[in-house]
Amino acid sequence: MNKIQGRHFRAEKFDFWSFFFSGLTGLATLLILGILATILINIIANGCQGFSWHFVSTIPKKDFFDIKTTGVLPMIVGTTFRVLVMTIFVIPVGVITAIYLTEYAPSNSFITRIIRAAVNNLAGVPSIVFGLFGLGFFINFIGKNLDVLLHNSSAVWGQPALIWASLTLAVMTVPVVIVATEESLKAIPPGLREASLALGATKLETILKIVLPQALPGIMTGGILAVSRAAGEVAPILFTGVAYYMASLPTHLSDQFMDLGYHVFVLSTQSPNIEQTRPILYATVLVLLVLTFALNIVAIIIRSNIRRKMRSLH
Amino acid sequence: MTEISLPRIAVADAGPKAAPSAPFIEIESLSLFYGASKALKNISVTLGEKVVTAFIGPSGCGKSTLLRCLNRMNDLIDSVRIDGAVKIGGHDIYGPDVDVIELRKRVGMVFQKSNPFPKSIYENVAYGLRLHGVKNKSELAAAVEKSLQQSALWDEVKDRLHSSALGLSGGQQQRLCIARAIAIRPEIILMDEPASALDPLATARIEELILELKKDFTIVIVTHNMQQAARISDFTAFFYIGELIEFDHTAKIFTNPAKKQTEDYVTGRFG
Ligand SMILES: Nc1ncnc2c1ncn2[C@@H]1O[C@H](COP(=O)(O)OP(=O)(O)OP(=O)(O)O)[C@@H](O)[C@H]1O
Ligand SMILES: [Mg+2]
Repeated sequence: MNKIQGRHFRAEKFDFWSFFFSGLTGLATLLILGILATILINIIANGCQGFSWHFVSTIPKKDFFDIKTTGVLPMIVGTTFRVLVMTIFVIPVGVITAIYLTEYAPSNSFITRIIRAAVNNLAGVPSIVFGLFGLGFFINFIGKNLDVLLHNSSAVWGQPALIWASLTLAVMTVPVVIVATEESLKAIPPGLREASLALGATKLETILKIVLPQALPGIMTGGILAVSRAAGEVAPILFTGVAYYMASLPTHLSDQFMDLGYHVFVLSTQSPNIEQTRPILYATVLVLLVLTFALNIVAIIIRSNIRRKMRSLH
Repeated sequence: MTEISLPRIAVADAGPKAAPSAPFIEIESLSLFYGASKALKNISVTLGEKVVTAFIGPSGCGKSTLLRCLNRMNDLIDSVRIDGAVKIGGHDIYGPDVDVIELRKRVGMVFQKSNPFPKSIYENVAYGLRLHGVKNKSELAAAVEKSLQQSALWDEVKDRLHSSALGLSGGQQQRLCIARAIAIRPEIILMDEPASALDPLATARIEELILELKKDFTIVIVTHNMQQAARISDFTAFFYIGELIEFDHTAKIFTNPAKKQTEDYVTGRFG
């Protein structure tokens, strides 16, 4: 009796701590939203000044600090291509690794734990370190040796290039794809695998026909996260492929390229006149944001199409 | 919840004998270990061809484990170790030259929880056929129709063969799983509590179906439902904590069992 009454009394009383903490969580959320809104509004408001069709469709002259003549077409092309080439490498490697870890590797064996730890640590390495790794491994080791093998008289592969920058980014983002794929593989009911095996399917057939189609949306999510992470990264491409200036668009995997993120850095550090450059800077940042957003949207649309198809038919 | 202690029975004749006329599945001194724990203890029994054999016994006594020995699904569990032999049609299925894929083609399985693939109804049934190399469209279509008809599902789904199997009711899904299993024409169908998640009406349909399928297939079914075992099976094996206590004609098991443990179980005094 007493207990019940006591509880009643408590519930009606103003609970300071619960009020305080719910208020605190609300404030924290507001703070984050506020910061995000400030950044976006600032970029959009200022970026619109310099933004024009001319701006996004022009290959600039070497002196690209003049708002009237400059453009960012090569940077858009460069950033887009390095992200796409990265995706082509990172998805298969990440997915196959995840399949090995969840479907084949003995769970919790020494080797599996080592691989998992390596994947987790890879995700925590600062991106500039990936840049140095790319320079040392891809360019100086693979690229230089490729040139020797192919008897190239001058350096073709043994120099910064689109392919090396993309591969470096792929190494950086592969943990994201592995983790996302593993999660989606683990979420598939074991009953489906058993049903397939009980019908006389091999493990490989089961993976290809039952498991992977089911995991596709999860794999796409991994791809989306990798793209988002890679699109704005500058450090990994610094030594591995990005150029300060190129008069023409890249046409080969062995070409260098210009890049939106790196261009932002160049504009803000190399400009002779910071006031004059500011609108270009804002517009470039705006283009980078829009491009990242667009790449994401495309992937999200593809993913939701797959999901819809899976739900209705097959 | 509470542990029920059984009166220990002195077992005079060392156990169950084979009854069916045409021996088809011969299980010989089979023991199975999950790591260190022994889940099946020296089981010997012979099951006949084109009859329904029911495995009954309290939860955890090893019915599913034994069933999964017959199509080597236990191979998927790393810790499993097996002693003894299982012969189907005279061939040791654990022999060194056995192709597990081939074995599972001959020994189909229907699971407790219906597990249709997230594909169309048609593709579910065609899956096994495609695996085993049937490519011809009309051949596939004919086999799919035949299997769906045999599993008493055709009339309900013939107008929506290409819509998702996940849109079917639980009972329909389970019949689809049966159709999927019989599509590749196995000789034996293993069923692990195929109706335990279904309502009485859907259960009755599955039971009818099993009686129908027995004309063409050898069926081994695990069930917790005594009435079900009595209704559909020709032979019944009663297991208790990894041991085969008694195996005989179903009528005998349910009316005049040789062992007290069996009697206690089938009359519902424990389990
Ligand atoms: N994968 C496994 N690893 C270890 N032990 C297991 C495994 N599967 C089953 N066992 C054990 O083996 C024994 C028999 O299990 P099994 O699933 O065959 O029982 P069952 O008779 O089918 O029970 P139920 O009627 O509840 O389905 C149980 O003690 C169970 O705990
Ligand atoms: Mg079971």
